[in-house]
Amino acid sequence: MKIVVCIKQVSSRDSVLRVNAAGTWIQDADLTYEINEPDAYALEEGLQLKEKHGGEVVALCAGPAGAAQTIREALAKGADRALHIEEENLGAYDPLALARLMAAALRAEKPDLVLTGLQSDDLGYGQSGVILAQLLGLPHATIIMQVEKQNGGIRVKRELEDGWFQNVEMPLPALLTIQSGINKLRYATLMGIKKAKTKEVKRLTAAELGVGPAAAIRFERVYLPERSKHTQILEGSPKEASAKLVEKLKFEARVL
Amino acid sequence: MSILAILEQRAGAWHRMSWETLAAAQQLGAELQQPVRAAVVGDEVSALAAELSAKQLERVYAVEHQLLTNYTPDGYTAALEQLIAAAQPRMVLFPHTYQVRDFAPKLATALERVLVSDVVAHRVEGGEPVFVRQLFQGKINVDVRFVGDPPYFASVQAGAYRADKVAAGSALVDRFVPELTPAAIRTKPLELFRESQRAVDLTAAEIIVSVGRGIKEAENIPIVQKLAEALGAELAASRPICDNGWLPMERQVGSSGQTVSPKLYLAVGISGAIQHLVGMKGSKTIVAINKDAEAPIFEVADYGIVGDLFQVVPALVEELEKAKG
Repeated sequence: MKIVVCIKQVSSRDSVLRVNAAGTWIQDADLTYEINEPDAYALEEGLQLKEKHGGEVVALCAGPAGAAQTIREALAKGADRALHIEEENLGAYDPLALARLMAAALRAEKPDLVLTGLQSDDLGYGQSGVILAQLLGLPHATIIMQVEKQNGGIRVKRELEDGWFQNVEMPLPALLTIQSGINKLRYATLMGIKKAKTKEVKRLTAAELGVGPAAAIRFERVYLPERSKHTQILEGSPKEASAKLVEKLKFEARVL
Repeated sequence: MSILAILEQRAGAWHRMSWETLAAAQQLGAELQQPVRAAVVGDEVSALAAELSAKQLERVYAVEHQLLTNYTPDGYTAALEQLIAAAQPRMVLFPHTYQVRDFAPKLATALERVLVSDVVAHRVEGGEPVFVRQLFQGKINVDVRFVGDPPYFASVQAGAYRADKVAAGSALVDRFVPELTPAAIRTKPLELFRESQRAVDLTAAEIIVSVGRGIKEAENIPIVQKLAEALGAELAASRPICDNGWLPMERQVGSSGQTVSPKLYLAVGISGAIQHLVGMKGSKTIVAINKDAEAPIFEVADYGIVGDLFQVVPALVEELEKAKG
């Protein structure tokens, strides 16, 4: 089975975010980056499927030159090779244009299965996988918690709301968006890290792929959300703050 | 030109977010001076359509076909593509449900449009809507404007609009039968199921202590366990904790877990991603303990302590014991 896993590099989860002076995006000069968490689970699922059924895992990443770090980590964990759509200004691409870029790279690969995370931790549209499936003419399912290969296709467990699930069967090739927690993530081994250095990373540009930036939507203003509720922050040492909290819960909120 | 709200039902029962979406559509309709229409999709939806016909709408579409009995992304996309071609709406609104996440981006793409997903608010400026979305797990907001051609597609986040604001009225029902073929539906949906009989009913708890990523490792769970015991509370968690197996899935609060509204909810080391907030923001009193003063959890909290949970929680347990006497 040839599996392509789409991965994205996003700012680290504990980043302190500041809006840039123009109010168009965040100040990203000093941020550290990591793989988008649901994409890490998608990669792990791809690696486990390959270990079970054989084949190849290719990591596909659209991002700036700095995304090479995240690609190396995917290779160190076990991806066989990678495609890097190197583009510094992905902000000029709306979700459809970005998916067109990725679809152009994917078409040449002819994968049996395409995996993505269910959404990104930065933009959070939760759409890239589904748009890609439509552009590539593939059947798809989203928010997947289990993947099983069966005769001529796959059977997947789709997460619904309020603790419900549904099994769905479909033929291959197909596209799945993977939910966090589907599997247990592995760490890269020392050997893996060493091997990653020799693995192929093919760099592609938007021009080579024949897709340009396009935006049917515009970010007018990026800003810190205003607090809708007035939170009383209790100051002092842990002991002082705790004493104040107990007092408040007892006599103000009256919930103790 | 109109606003079309595409509502969600399963087996004849409304998804609760359908009414919130209808409220959003009516609000936008009033502000943009455009008529509002609503559609419900399924095998036989006449009862649901009749219910909609008592709302302030210009028209109700009952989109019916045997191949729409069970949801499939192919079936829904094909049916709604045909409805949109016939109805020619200027804007299409959806509830941001798991099902909508599964097909709405496909539908928008089929029509070469971009869906603005998970909208939390809007305003009208210069006769055009501006939608507010959250970025970075709720840490940043963005105002988004459509600059391409209509129809504009947007999905509305749970709780962003009030279902009780839906205005009553009367509307005609149109039955819309799309052309669908079995061969065009490539996925085969099987039965719905739940993993386990829920041994833990968090919805009945009066006090909940909920723990998130800030707890760092499984070995630290007893620290919050002690707090739960001191308060006589149920212990719950945000998704990552259950994903890691540190607490069972049945203790998860959030969009994929349980929705709770206890009289007291203590969020410990939980940053407050929207998937968690939708499951607990209805709680009467919310306390947040987090080291990051900018964490979105403080937006819904009544009381907050900014600090290291490993110091704050034991101190709080001590104070609670002291208060008990």
